[in-house]
Amino acid sequence: MGGKKDDNERRSSRGVTRRGFFTAVGAGAVGAAAIGRAQAPGEAAIATAGEPAKVALRINGRAYRLLVEPRWTLLFVLRERLGLSGAKAGCERGECGTCTVLIDGVPRYACTTLAVEAEGHEITTLEGLMNGDKLGPVQQAFLEEDALQCGYCTPGQIMAAEGLLRANPRPTLDEIRTGMSGNLCRCGAYTHIFKAVQKASELKKAGGR
Amino acid sequence: MRPPELYFIDGALPETPAPDDRPEPWTETRVVGSRRTRIDGFDRVSGAAVYPSDVLLPGMLYAAVLRCPHPQARVKKVDTSAAAKMPGVRAVITGATPAADLRWYYSRTVFTKLFDPVCRFESEAVAAVAADTPQLAWDAVRAINVEYEVLPFVVDERAALAAGAPPVHDGGNRVAEPEKYSRGDVAKGFAEANTVLEASYRTATEIHCPTEPHGCVARWDGPRLTIWESTQGVYPVQQRVATSLEMPLANVRVIGSYMGGGFGSKLQADKYNLIAAALAKLTARPVKLFLTREETFLCVGNRPAANMKLKAGVRKDGTLTALELTVLGTGGAYPAGGTSLVDWLVRDLYTCPNVRTESTDVYTNAGPARAFRAPGHPQGAWALEQMMDALAEAIGIDPVDLRLKNISTVSQAREGQPPYTTTGLERCLTEGAKAFGWHEARKRPKGNGPVRRGVGMAAGLWIAGSGGPPSTVVVKLFADGSANLNMGASDIGTGTKTVMAMVVSEELGVPLEKIQIENADTGTTQYATASGGSKTVPTEAPAVRDAALKVKRQLLEIAAEELKAPVNELQIDGEAVVSRRDPKVRKKISELDGVRRRGLVLGVGTRGPNPEKKAVDPFVAQFCEVEVNERTGEVKVLRFLSANDSGRVMNRLTYDGQVIGGVTMGLGLALTEQRVLDRQTGKMVNRNWHDYKVPTAMDVPPEIASLPIEVPDNEANISGAKGLGEPVTIPTAAAVANAVYDATGVRVTESPISPMRLVALLAGKRAGR
Repeated sequence: MGGKKDDNERRSSRGVTRRGFFTAVGAGAVGAAAIGRAQAPGEAAIATAGEPAKVALRINGRAYRLLVEPRWTLLFVLRERLGLSGAKAGCERGECGTCTVLIDGVPRYACTTLAVEAEGHEITTLEGLMNGDKLGPVQQAFLEEDALQCGYCTPGQIMAAEGLLRANPRPTLDEIRTGMSGNLCRCGAYTHIFKAVQKASELKKAGGR
Repeated sequence: MRPPELYFIDGALPETPAPDDRPEPWTETRVVGSRRTRIDGFDRVSGAAVYPSDVLLPGMLYAAVLRCPHPQARVKKVDTSAAAKMPGVRAVITGATPAADLRWYYSRTVFTKLFDPVCRFESEAVAAVAADTPQLAWDAVRAINVEYEVLPFVVDERAALAAGAPPVHDGGNRVAEPEKYSRGDVAKGFAEANTVLEASYRTATEIHCPTEPHGCVARWDGPRLTIWESTQGVYPVQQRVATSLEMPLANVRVIGSYMGGGFGSKLQADKYNLIAAALAKLTARPVKLFLTREETFLCVGNRPAANMKLKAGVRKDGTLTALELTVLGTGGAYPAGGTSLVDWLVRDLYTCPNVRTESTDVYTNAGPARAFRAPGHPQGAWALEQMMDALAEAIGIDPVDLRLKNISTVSQAREGQPPYTTTGLERCLTEGAKAFGWHEARKRPKGNGPVRRGVGMAAGLWIAGSGGPPSTVVVKLFADGSANLNMGASDIGTGTKTVMAMVVSEELGVPLEKIQIENADTGTTQYATASGGSKTVPTEAPAVRDAALKVKRQLLEIAAEELKAPVNELQIDGEAVVSRRDPKVRKKISELDGVRRRGLVLGVGTRGPNPEKKAVDPFVAQFCEVEVNERTGEVKVLRFLSANDSGRVMNRLTYDGQVIGGVTMGLGLALTEQRVLDRQTGKMVNRNWHDYKVPTAMDVPPEIASLPIEVPDNEANISGAKGLGEPVTIPTAAAVANAVYDATGVRVTESPISPMRLVALLAGKRAGR
């Protein structure tokens, strides 16, 4: 995960597309899907939890030392163990992107990333985009363009936009659509989201970040 | 088991009193109608907003539900012995658990047990577990052994009335006698027509798919229960839970200040509320129970498939002479309005003296339907608006002109044919066509290659856009001139809170930054019905205006005394009370001693009744241009325009948001969404977002134009607004289908217009079929 900068990797770093997701994040995600709670009840043998493991996570620049079950996803640990509820749980099977966080600056689905996999990587959540109690530029742009309705997919959209703009500070509309295509918005705010990403790009340029 | 006394909301509610005097309509506004960012925008983009699924409580357990994997089965034995012994498992409940021996009402008269031995659809609840973590809860669910007697099933509504179809309930698969409507004489009408067309249409079943799954957190404090619920209406959930558990309403507090989408699927309580409550009671710990995404595809509602046969007669000059519609639909395994309102547009949208409709609702072994954004209407529009397109072509007139020819200013299908308070349809059609460049676009060449262009349009109205009582809200003005608004309504993402703050600001001059809102909490906020039916703004905004005006009256009285000026000479200007005659006679609200002495000024507002013998409906006309690749069957929507008469525009920014959202959802109905039930197993095969495709960022045009046709409806209510969220999605799919026809000459009468279906139809056309 992360690190490599070949062409494929850069493409995927602009955002996680629905179809490209499994190829982009590789076998770890598939493994998580197979042992996580995605299975329908009654279909599998009784699972065993495995021995809890110690992990050291770096989240929003802070160090956390935790005891986790190997099967716990990063999303579960963020939301239910650390109370970082910025990342939302929408499908927990790598489809909707409400759980998107940045891992080493690249948008990833936290629901298909195991907590143990995330060790040694820099994790950024929605909370990590704030400047103290002020909104970051992408957050501000989403607010101003009303790029949201119910707001539940919004944290994931903002993280995908943040990752997109870090990789490509001046994206074209087509690049924005592709970059945001791994994040579903059932309220259908997409066209406002496109405007927000464009505005965020301007705000970032003006703010020098 | 004694039947609980149920509190159903089906018209039995007392109305809130009418405001004592009706204020003048707004003529000029400072705040209402402008573009304002959301009052809770910071909370929503910073992560500060706590959604029900975000709630974390000390000692909280996690629940999971064992659901029947068969479309019809009898539960013979449930063995929980292994599950109950697993580490971290705190409670396992089944139909044999006394605390879970509860009734679940699907309608006023149709009920089962919470865990019923007969499962009539895939995913009926069989047992549930509470454990220390969700993973452990699912481990335990998998360790429960259930012995089922698997029964024959029927999942296709078109086969439900066939001889020998397996019965879903004793007594067969008819929910009731067919619902019939008739006016005039259709036989005479068809005889008078120059052209009569007949066609069959079908829309596929759609799933709501809100991004926050359905679920709740339940916690007991002795005899009192608190539920954090992802809901469109805290009060309906409170009523159902309290009556099911035979508890006082006051002892069930439901909180849902934020919620992650519902679209009609979260208007009501669900079995999971009782399951969470029972598990929390047994374990004496808070319990979080959120459904998995897969479960939300099965058991928390859908927009049911509609099978429609429509016959229409028209004269050469475009006068409609007769419409005849038959509908077959299903609400699934229990009564759920399987054909509800599908025929409304045929009955009411266009002037037509002779109309007959007949709707047959049948049971199938599938999850019960729930209201879904404009129930029945997009389905009806799919048939009627494609038919209008075909009629226009048959008699050689423009589709816009055919609709203009048949606009009605009375609601023909309502009792007594009452006039509409306002009818903006004509302006939606003409101004929409102009802004879209309809006439020019129709003339443009469609292209010779495999990629062809076409344009289409469709229109609609929404039956329930008036809103209405009851609603009570409270506005508090503090001594420093800031205000608090307390209302029970949910903001389901439509911007309700922001609109209401704008109303307060309009009347009291309080800037939006100084308004705080509490909402959607049965413990602390006032009574409201669920946010649905596009009725929240026209219901709540008048109540909020009434409350603000009551504050204003007191404020002016206090100021009159202190300024020694007559009350009727005073007005609020910004944050001060000023004399209309002499601007020097003024005092800042925050400096009024009378307010300081009281601490605050309180106004209780209510929603008065709707006008008598009038109908209040929003109208819409939509236009789109598509590109169809005839080799691959792919349809690309190039541009889209929605012209809406929803009365006064309250907040232009969130108004546009509703428009683009409704259109986007309609594109899903048109192009990608369909529940697929396997014929051989009766199971849903696409219960996830890879296989059930909701529109993504790649599927929408770069811009969706919103054209408000602003006709403030001052007769409808004291805000002048009508509903918006539903009309915007009603004609969308039909407009796309008409554009695809314009591009290709192929009429896709069955949704979705998938590449596979379109390629097959195009091949058929080439083969001359």
